[in-house]
Amino acid sequence: MHPHPLLRIAFLAVFTLILLNADLALAADLPTAAEEGLPWWGWAALLFVVTFFLGIVAVLGGVGGGVLFVPIVGGFFPFHLDFVRGAGLLVALAGALAAGPGLLSSGMASLRLAAPLALLASASAIAGAMIGLALPTNVVQLALGTTILGIVVLMFLAKKSEFPEVAKADSLSAALKMNGVFTDAYSGKSVDWRVHRTPQGLAMFVVIGLMAGMFGLGAGWANVPVLNLLMGAPLKVSVATSKFMLSIVDTAAAWVYLNQGAVLAIIAVPSIIGIMLGSLVGVRLLKRTNASVVRKVVIGMLLLAGGRALLKGLGI
Amino acid sequence: MDMTLPSVASAKTTETVSQPQPLAVSQEQLIYANLLDIGMKAGMALLIVSFGLYVSGILSPLVPLNELPNYWSMPVNQYLTATGVGTGWSWVKLIGHGDFLNFIGIAFLSAVTIACYFRIIPIPFRNQERVFTAILAIETLVLILGASGILVIGH
Repeated sequence: MHPHPLLRIAFLAVFTLILLNADLALAADLPTAAEEGLPWWGWAALLFVVTFFLGIVAVLGGVGGGVLFVPIVGGFFPFHLDFVRGAGLLVALAGALAAGPGLLSSGMASLRLAAPLALLASASAIAGAMIGLALPTNVVQLALGTTILGIVVLMFLAKKSEFPEVAKADSLSAALKMNGVFTDAYSGKSVDWRVHRTPQGLAMFVVIGLMAGMFGLGAGWANVPVLNLLMGAPLKVSVATSKFMLSIVDTAAAWVYLNQGAVLAIIAVPSIIGIMLGSLVGVRLLKRTNASVVRKVVIGMLLLAGGRALLKGLGI
Repeated sequence: MDMTLPSVASAKTTETVSQPQPLAVSQEQLIYANLLDIGMKAGMALLIVSFGLYVSGILSPLVPLNELPNYWSMPVNQYLTATGVGTGWSWVKLIGHGDFLNFIGIAFLSAVTIACYFRIIPIPFRNQERVFTAILAIETLVLILGASGILVIGH
């Protein structure tokens, strides 16, 4: 996304206001909560800085912002996991909404492929969000830690296939017209793609939606392997369709968190802006960075954050 | 054909004309993309403006900014009890406060996808694509159900 210059100025203006307000608050001699630790504006500014760097790392490491945001902010900031998950979903949603128009209009993402899968995923994301908000926090922490460590294993093991061979579309995907033509702008190659194993893919998206809603993670880490390796969509179509699908699935879960009151503007908004600005910088750094090194850094961060979530869940 | 064109350009033109690219993007997908683009930009603008009004103190928040650290480490149900904020759409009554004014932008961003689905349903319907129309319609209903505030749960 290339934001309008006015949008960039607006971002800067908002954070200038935070700092200005911080000066006023300091001058007014803040009450107890602020004296005991960082004041609100300190946490908000720190959150903005951290999410800015998460946005950079997420792009360079080829992961979504949500999967880094929830375990890291949940593990190292004083916010309750309920609010972190709510903000995590909004972070993932905002990123997907920003990327969606370009991916759809270029034909990289496919509405035909996404719609049936997103239907099941979004319904289960609502269920996941409700389960996540009903479960005790330590149980969610434990499950989150386990999931994050599982994602690390997946990142190590999962292979990718640029153009998987799908000899014949299955009857369900053929009936739903889950196919298309993808022209790779880099190679100029046009590929007629189709998918198979649709029933298995649909079943996987039920589970993915459940986890996305429960942990507020976004779910690109799971969407792409299922679309690419299981169903046989070309890699770029899988990545783009996955990103677009997040805008649908996370919408469903985000409403549950919003209606439950699990959204605090002071956490959600700086995070959304920080991650989006960081992503813009990340895209610029992409050509000059060693992707495998960054990927190792991402895996290290996830290991650390996943381990911390597990320990918090165990009360250690 | 314009005979004055250099041969390479002519060849390229011929190739483009004789081998038209298949239509990779459907009409409904393009309409969806355009509406999504407008909605996303409007939502982000709302979010930035409302957050500016909030943190600048122009609109006083329900929970004073300097008291936030006392609340953000609470589980959501405890936070709701402590602040007297309700669930569902009760936040609408609080949008006069700076913190809840932000919910307009957040809700707007969360509603963009619903609007996009709603907008494109007539296209496959007109083309008599019943299954795809049904998928879009059911998805719209699922998202509206999620947004309705009916599905509220406690710890």
